[in-house]
Amino acid sequence: MSFDPVFTFGAIAAAALIGLGVANQVVGSPTSRVASPLSTILRPGSFDHSRPGEFLRDNHPVAAPIVRETIDAPLEIMKYQVSVSDYARCVADGACKPAELRKVGDVPVTGVSHIDAEAYAKWLSQRTGETWRLPTDVEWAFAAGERFRGDVEGSESDPDNPARRWLDQYRTETSLGRAPDPEPRTQGAFGINEKGLADIAGNVWEWTSTCYVHTTISGDGTETASSIENCGVHAVEGFHRTYMSNFIRDGKSGGCAVGTPPDNLGFRLVRDPSGVLRSALRELGIS
Amino acid sequence: MLTRREALLGSVLTVAAVATISAMPAASAKDVSSLPREKVTLVAPPFVHAHDQVAKSGPKVVEFTMKIEEKPIVIDADGTQLNAMTYNGSIPGPLMVVHEGDYLELTLVNPDTNTLAHNIDFHAATGALGGGGLTLINPGEQVTLRFKATRAGTFVYHCAPGGAMIPWHVVSGMSGAVMVLPRDGLKDDKGKPIHYDRIYYVGENDFYIPRDEQGKFKKYDSAGDNYDDTVKVMRGLIPTHVVFNGKAGSLTGEHAMKAKVGDTVLIVHSQANRDTRPHLIGGHGDFVWEQGKFANPPAKDLETWFIRGGSAGAALYTFLQPGIYAYVNHNLIEAVELGATAHFTVDGGSWNDDLMTQVAAPKAIAS
Repeated sequence: MSFDPVFTFGAIAAAALIGLGVANQVVGSPTSRVASPLSTILRPGSFDHSRPGEFLRDNHPVAAPIVRETIDAPLEIMKYQVSVSDYARCVADGACKPAELRKVGDVPVTGVSHIDAEAYAKWLSQRTGETWRLPTDVEWAFAAGERFRGDVEGSESDPDNPARRWLDQYRTETSLGRAPDPEPRTQGAFGINEKGLADIAGNVWEWTSTCYVHTTISGDGTETASSIENCGVHAVEGFHRTYMSNFIRDGKSGGCAVGTPPDNLGFRLVRDPSGVLRSALRELGIS
Repeated sequence: MLTRREALLGSVLTVAAVATISAMPAASAKDVSSLPREKVTLVAPPFVHAHDQVAKSGPKVVEFTMKIEEKPIVIDADGTQLNAMTYNGSIPGPLMVVHEGDYLELTLVNPDTNTLAHNIDFHAATGALGGGGLTLINPGEQVTLRFKATRAGTFVYHCAPGGAMIPWHVVSGMSGAVMVLPRDGLKDDKGKPIHYDRIYYVGENDFYIPRDEQGKFKKYDSAGDNYDDTVKVMRGLIPTHVVFNGKAGSLTGEHAMKAKVGDTVLIVHSQANRDTRPHLIGGHGDFVWEQGKFANPPAKDLETWFIRGGSAGAALYTFLQPGIYAYVNHNLIEAVELGATAHFTVDGGSWNDDLMTQVAAPKAIAS
C-alpha cells in the first residue's frame, strides 16, 4: 500500500516532534486531560472536487460543478472514526447525549446527530487543550481521496423535461447496486485508503461542517451568481454525499423518499494546528 | 409453545367442512366437466399472469396450482427476519385472474417439508368458509377446490386454519388476491369499455415482529417458535412493519414498477387484515373501484382511496408526465417509517408544461 503524501502521526511525525519538544499523546493531569486521538497528517495539495449542494444555471438544475480546491496547510485528521468508547467518555462527562447506538463494542459510534458531533468536538477540545472540529466537505473529500464519490447525480439535464434528470439520477443510484449494510464493523474493517485513513466510505457516513446550499452558477459554471445556505442541514459523506438535518441520528429515517440513505451516521474530527505544531511542521519542511 | 401436533389438529372448522362435503350436490360437477379447461402458470407479484381483458369465449375452468412454502424471509434493510408462511413462495401470494362465470380450480399443495396445516379462504367464493372448510391440508397433502366466480371484482384470499391460527397465518404472509373480470371487460362510470396497458398487483402486509429486552427484533428457528411472542405483539394492534410485496423496499430501485407516458395502468391493491389508503404521489386514480367490485361504477379522479382490511381494490390511471412516482400508503408514518412505499419509473413522452411548470426556480426572496 502506498502512503503517498501522507504519514501517520504516531510514527514519523511524533518521533520528530517529540524530538522538538512536542508530545503527541498528551497525558496531562489525570483529572481533566484526555489523550489526543490517533491522527494522520496529510500534506497540502490540490484536487478536483464536485461542489456540495444543489446548483441552478439559467433557472435549471445542473450537475455540481467541478472546481479545483486547494488544501494549503497540513491537514491533521483522525485516522479512525470516533469510536463507541471514545464517545462514551464524553457521555460519562455529561458533555454528550448518549448515542442511539446500533452496536456496542470496538466499532465506530453510530446514531449521532450533527449536534452530538459538535458537542463531542467541543468536549474533546476542552479535555485535550487542542482545537478539534468537524471537517469541511472539501477537507473530508481531500482525506477520502479515491474513495470520495460526491452526490449521486444523473448526467442528463434537459431544460424542457426535468423528468429526464430525475429518471437518470434514480437509475444511476440503482445501478450502483449498494445494498443496505447497517451492522457496524470493527474499526479498520473497511481498510485504509491511500491517504492512510481507516474506514472511509464504509457503512458509517460522517458529518461535516459544510451547510446545505442552493447555488446559482453563471459563466463557465465555476462562478457563483448567488447562493442561499441552510445551516440547519449539513453535508454527510461516505459511499456518497448527501444532506441531513442537524438533529437526525438515523440516516435511514432522515433520508428522502427516493435515494440511498446512509446506513449509519458517525463522524471523525480534524485538528486545527497550534502555533507550536505549525512551526514544527515548517521546520520539517512539510508546510 | 405450539407443538406440531397441535398445529396439525386444526379445529372445529375441519369437522364442519367434512359435513359440507357430503352435503354437496353432485349434479353441478357434470355440467362443468364439459367446459373447456385452461391451465395457468402463476407469476410472482407485482406481476400478473397473461390474461384476456375481454373473454374470447364462454365460461371455462381455469386451473391453478399453488405450493405453500414456510420459510424465513428478510422484511427490511436491517435484516429483520419473518418466519413466513407463503402461497407459492411469495408475499403476497400470486394474483389469479378469471372471468365472471368461469370456474377457478385450485390445487393447493402443502409439502412435507412444512410443519403446519394450511388452507385457503377465497372471498370470491361462496360457501364452506370461502373454501377454507374444504381445503385444510397437513404437510404432505394436497387438495383441489373448484368454485364458480359469480361476482366480478378483486377479492382477497387468505389462510384460515381455525381460531387463533387465522390471524397468525395471515400476518405471517398468507394472503393474496383473485381478480374476476366482467366477461366484456372493465367499464368506466358511464358504461364505456376501458382497457389497461399494464397491470400491477400490490399486496400490503402488516407484520408484528417481537423484540428482545434491548428492543432488537428477535429471530426464531421456526414459525412455531415465535407464536406466543408474536401473538402478544399482534394484540397490541400496532404493526412493526407495514410493507408492500412482503418487504420494505421490494418495489423500489431496480424493482420499481415501470410504465410509459400514456400507459393506462391498473393497480390491484389488497390488504387481508388491516385498513389502508393507497395514494399515487404526483398522480391520481382516474377510475377507482375502492371496494374492488366491478358491478359498481368506479369513482373518478380520486386522490387517495380506501382499502378496507380484508378486501382488495383496483385503481386505473393513465400516466401523463414522465418521472418518478411514489405509490404509498398515505398514512405517511406507515409509508416512511414502517415500509409501505413503492415507486414507478415513468419514461417516454415529453414534459407537459401546461400541466406543470416551475415558473421561477428557487432564489433569494425578493426584497
